[in-house]
Amino acid sequence: MPKVTIDGHEIEVPKGTTILQAARMIGPEVAPPAMCYYSKLKTSGGYCRTCIVKVTKGSAQNPNPMPKPVASCRTEVMDGMEVANFTSPDLLEARKGVVEFLLINHPLDCPICDQAGECDLQNLGYEHGAAKTRYDFERRTFEKIDIGNKVQLHMTRCILCYRCVKTADQLCSNRVHGVLNRGDVSEISTYIQNAIDNEWSGNVIDVCPVGALTDKTFRFKSRVWFTKPVDAHRDCKTCAGKARIWFKGEEVLRVTGRKDQWGEVQDWICNDCRFEKKKVSDWTIEGPSHIDRHSVIAQNHYELQNLKLDVGRQLNKLAGEAEKNNTNTSTKKATAKK
Amino acid sequence: MGKQLLLDNIHAPGIATLGVYREFGGYKALEKALKMKPEELVDEVKKSGLRGRGGAGFPTGMKWGFLAKPEGVPRHLVCNADESEPGTFKDRYLMERKPHLLIEGMIIGSFALGARTSYIYIRGEMMYVYHILEQAIQDAYDAGLLGENIMGSGYSLDLHVHPGGGAYICGEETALIESLEGKRGNPRIKPPFPAVSGVWNRPTVVNNVETIAAVVPIVNMGGEEYAKIGVGKSTGTKLISACGHINKPGVYEIDLGLPVEEFLYSDNYCGGIRNGNKLKAVVAGGSSVPILPAELFLKTAKGEPRLMSYESLADGGFATGTMLGSGGFIVMDDTASVVKNLWNFTRFYHHESCGQCSPCREGTGWMEKVLYRILDGHGKKEDVDLLWDIQSKIDGKTICPLGDAAAWPVASAIRHFRSEFEEYIKNPGSIKDVKHYYRLHNEKEPAY
Repeated sequence: MPKVTIDGHEIEVPKGTTILQAARMIGPEVAPPAMCYYSKLKTSGGYCRTCIVKVTKGSAQNPNPMPKPVASCRTEVMDGMEVANFTSPDLLEARKGVVEFLLINHPLDCPICDQAGECDLQNLGYEHGAAKTRYDFERRTFEKIDIGNKVQLHMTRCILCYRCVKTADQLCSNRVHGVLNRGDVSEISTYIQNAIDNEWSGNVIDVCPVGALTDKTFRFKSRVWFTKPVDAHRDCKTCAGKARIWFKGEEVLRVTGRKDQWGEVQDWICNDCRFEKKKVSDWTIEGPSHIDRHSVIAQNHYELQNLKLDVGRQLNKLAGEAEKNNTNTSTKKATAKK
Repeated sequence: MGKQLLLDNIHAPGIATLGVYREFGGYKALEKALKMKPEELVDEVKKSGLRGRGGAGFPTGMKWGFLAKPEGVPRHLVCNADESEPGTFKDRYLMERKPHLLIEGMIIGSFALGARTSYIYIRGEMMYVYHILEQAIQDAYDAGLLGENIMGSGYSLDLHVHPGGGAYICGEETALIESLEGKRGNPRIKPPFPAVSGVWNRPTVVNNVETIAAVVPIVNMGGEEYAKIGVGKSTGTKLISACGHINKPGVYEIDLGLPVEEFLYSDNYCGGIRNGNKLKAVVAGGSSVPILPAELFLKTAKGEPRLMSYESLADGGFATGTMLGSGGFIVMDDTASVVKNLWNFTRFYHHESCGQCSPCREGTGWMEKVLYRILDGHGKKEDVDLLWDIQSKIDGKTICPLGDAAAWPVASAIRHFRSEFEEYIKNPGSIKDVKHYYRLHNEKEPAY
């Protein structure tokens, strides 16, 4: 099994593992960001270039460094390979450049975008981008397009990661979803606005890293951080039925796939579960979903393991804490914001 | 004049037809090659030191040697005739005048590589050349030079011409393969290289038109004899398409190693600068290679005279050198504007970017807009640094070399002609209108 060292962490991985996968095995402290790679989609990755890393030593046999930064999501590890990610200042500068490129034609109107709060590009820009834009030209814009009656495409926000194209290719039969035109005017489209008439087509919403593909049944119903995600399942004939349902109060506002640590859905869900089952009675609730505490969705969020069944004792404890800290809720909010 | 191995008899009437081509010794090399073993042919090409004529200059023999040969899997030879680099027009000239030279080279190459089906991928705009090639291939089939049992040797080959849709990016070998397969012409991520997995995931060699044509004289004269032409590792002859402010633009075949001064000023070749003007700058190998100012072009930084060879032109790296590239020789006299020329190149790369990876898709457009702003008289003093920063963030970060090709001209123009950019920014009054280009193409000029 090849051994690879990423930012000083050594790990042994199965043959055929990519650098990105190996870095994810080590942990988020070395894992490069990825906007187009999706482990569940074959041949995805390599387009956005945010996951570039520097290979400082090719392999044990050929210790020469690779001349250019490589896309870690599409480069397989070799035995004895050494990779610099966050430890290389040049590389971080190059990545900053890539983030800038992704953002120059992306509207910076997060406050009115439905994806804000769960947007991969927002996170990426926050972590790796510059605070100000140097781009002072008109940005490219497109009209909104309906893909079927449940999905809306707004190309203006698209970063052309090709994830939805691969999803349509690999999940749906009779593919009518692809890329038209060339260069910076290329656009994702169903040819002459054909709807993808397929029971899996809703998954393009989940794979979209930005707000280009949105759920029309949820659009502008609520900011995501006001909704509470809960893992739930149901008996579904088409899919595994394992989904995440988003509550606002008692109401189910939307249903999505369950996303893991890397923002990838664990199981694809069918359109029936996603768009039609919006009653609490449709679902068996498992419990609150795990949300990274750095996420804005973590606001006012609680987790199952913290929830004691003995409510009385819980209340006593809370009362005790409240006495200590004066106002409990305000400190909780403050930590969440950090 | 040097040896004319590819362009000999090019002006003979009817050389495009099979009969006349054979009268001038055509298909002799094929006859000879079919009596040899395929490995011997690959060895001859290795001995000849022939390097890829499409731009990168990779040794052809080595490329042929890398071809994977798994049992029972067909292999393919693909000719890259998608010549669309601004300033390069050598392949078109060769194909329209001597189509049979390419076909002969294709048959020999396919035989050497064991390919049973081969393709010529031709640029969509060159439709009339496509018809010439189709006719030539039909004639070759009729004469038994293609198809079953070629010249009684037991070797069979099918040759197809495939016109592209008119995209520069399809000249990149993996994009060409995608396009040939009928898909969108997006470059593939390498590895795997085409030598292992190319057309329909079969081992494939992609060669430039001139490279394949050069195999014919190599077989005729022998690899060792061919290697005697040229200098050092730049062996043989090279077609140079000279254009710009020279007295005699056109396609010339030169022995590699010819001094650039001779090529530029000799009456056998370019014949000097037009109207006796002063030489300002030269783009030596098609729009992608770095532009060089006259003094650095004629002499290297060390003061040695520069030669038309892969090594000599690259002497000094990108700081003071350039590349032989595809042989698109663009000469600019002192009336030319480097900035305007650069804007035109950048506009081209912006238009031709496939849009697959972000640095090239977004960066090329950004550079065009900044250059347009400078040329429109609204340049800001930080724009030159901004351009430099954008190109440095594209260079080497993309899937295919188009990103590099877009970045290098910008980098070299700023490196050698920075004062000209600054002059435009300081004196916007000196600029002539550049909007005509957008009007001509019914496009909207960039807004700022």
